[in-house]
Amino acid sequence: LVFTEEDKYGLYSNLLFKYFLAEGIVCGHDLFIASAKEHPDNILKELPAPLLDDTYGKELRDEAAAVKSEDIQDSMKIAWRYQNLPKMEASPTTYTKFGHYYDVSKKMSPELCQSVKRHSFYLHEELSFEPKMKTCNMNSGYTRLLQSIQRIISQEGFDGSDPQKKQRKVLRIGIQNLGSVLWGDDVCCNDTPEDTHSLTKFLYVLRGLLRKSLSACIITVPAHLIQNKAIMERVTNLSDMVVGLESFIGSERETNPLYKDYHGLVHVHQIPRLNSLICDVSDTKDLAFRLKRKLFTIERLHLPPDLSDTVSRASKQDLAGSAKLLSSGCGAMAIGKKHLDF
Amino acid sequence: QGRFTLLRDTRTDGSFLVHHFLSFYLRAGCKVCFVALLQSFSHYNIVAQKLGVSLAAAKERGQLVFLEGLKSCLDLLFGEEEQPGQPSPLQFLSGSASDLRALFDFVRVSLTPAAGDSWKGPVLLVDDLSVLLSLGAAPVAVLDFIHYCRVSVCCQLQGNVVVLVHSNEDSEDEENELVVNSLCHHSDLILWAEGLATGFCKDVHGQIKIIKRLSLRQAAEQDLVQIYQYKIQDRNVTFFAPGMSAAVL
Repeated sequence: LVFTEEDKYGLYSNLLFKYFLAEGIVCGHDLFIASAKEHPDNILKELPAPLLDDTYGKELRDEAAAVKSEDIQDSMKIAWRYQNLPKMEASPTTYTKFGHYYDVSKKMSPELCQSVKRHSFYLHEELSFEPKMKTCNMNSGYTRLLQSIQRIISQEGFDGSDPQKKQRKVLRIGIQNLGSVLWGDDVCCNDTPEDTHSLTKFLYVLRGLLRKSLSACIITVPAHLIQNKAIMERVTNLSDMVVGLESFIGSERETNPLYKDYHGLVHVHQIPRLNSLICDVSDTKDLAFRLKRKLFTIERLHLPPDLSDTVSRASKQDLAGSAKLLSSGCGAMAIGKKHLDF
Repeated sequence: QGRFTLLRDTRTDGSFLVHHFLSFYLRAGCKVCFVALLQSFSHYNIVAQKLGVSLAAAKERGQLVFLEGLKSCLDLLFGEEEQPGQPSPLQFLSGSASDLRALFDFVRVSLTPAAGDSWKGPVLLVDDLSVLLSLGAAPVAVLDFIHYCRVSVCCQLQGNVVVLVHSNEDSEDEENELVVNSLCHHSDLILWAEGLATGFCKDVHGQIKIIKRLSLRQAAEQDLVQIYQYKIQDRNVTFFAPGMSAAVL
């Protein structure tokens, strides 16, 4: 259960959502799209087109070759101790065949879209009917959604209940903008919402459905609107993976020289720890994303070199202050205001 | 015997402690009732196999009673009408009862020794209690449930109870903090797994504080607090004194 906290204007999280669905189509998985904001058919029309392997691979290799040839002969003179450290890779230069890449400027062809079975749930079009499941005091929009998902899972045999179906396919579920007012939940507008448990109960039942069947789900939630932090904590506990996207649009960070190459930050709050004691911890937790003309990439955040001549004490402290917010590696970047005293 | 152990985690995932206790008690030959609210059976099974215990086999021979919360919840909501003689343990979800009595009955029935049972001491393991609050149970109901479990398992049956809760410093989840604080006061042993205050580190996954609450049983005693740091590996967890991680030495 991948839980995505949306960025303020929903631009980038929408992109991530579409990537998830597009990947499903390319892999031949069935899709289930639920939304209260946009009609699922519209969402489908806007999925990015997959890049053919050779073109992207070639582009990457060209870039990598250019970079390598420049500094292959440079050996460091002053900071020679750093010579032995591996070169930091901002983005994977070796083209690994996991997943696919997409071209954001082009839309996916309708034939490709039609190649998998798509189920949709548009809240405002669902006829009101007596839900067969016990409501357990949950918001009716959520109840209907759960019922719909459960129906698809059992009808299409994703839970292995039908021994006839030999080919085991995966169902990819995408739920957009959960918890917003459009779903009938006031958790985003009120500090003390009327029903604090609808969202968490929904997630719990959804988790049960996912565990029981061959499916994966991505949810985007406008977390910045949820005032009640207790609910966010509970929701984090109930999800397998929690990723937050923070875009720089409209915030003071847009003009911060630290971030000039990027469009936003990716906060990984939680990674799934399934079927083992440990989880796959990566080396760094600072990730940033940028939207180039064709690609949406997520890279390790690295600071540009501090080359300015007129560095006054004030601006240096500013930079240091925001640098402190970035990473909390074990003492690696412990530049706090009190440490930098010269 | 008759001990209440509280597993608590902050800023990190303390479920490795649950896996440890599960395999520990099963290997010791105790009868275990495991209320697993957050993960599926196969998840625990796979990890337990890495630790050398087979949950499926334990279930077969009656040593393990496993309540899979997720599955139970689905059965309750999507299943047919329940039979009158077998109420679902998670009945409080459907709103018909607002307390956790059904869950307690389930626990009591599973741990009461049947004729012909040769297991040493019963054990109740709960993973994790904070989920009950998310599902709409009132904090008082949760505390009542734990109280009843303690009385019946620790005192009457001389067994042990191990419960996992999540907590956060400056958490805004007041209900959760209430439950956690209350449980802390009543525990014999608290194992508190915390993420490091300095942030994420590859070689040291966190620190664990072991608090032996001697003051609970004896009036004049002080609690004993020990702190270790740990690193989780695929099949076990290594503990070491703070600052003595293998990466540093």
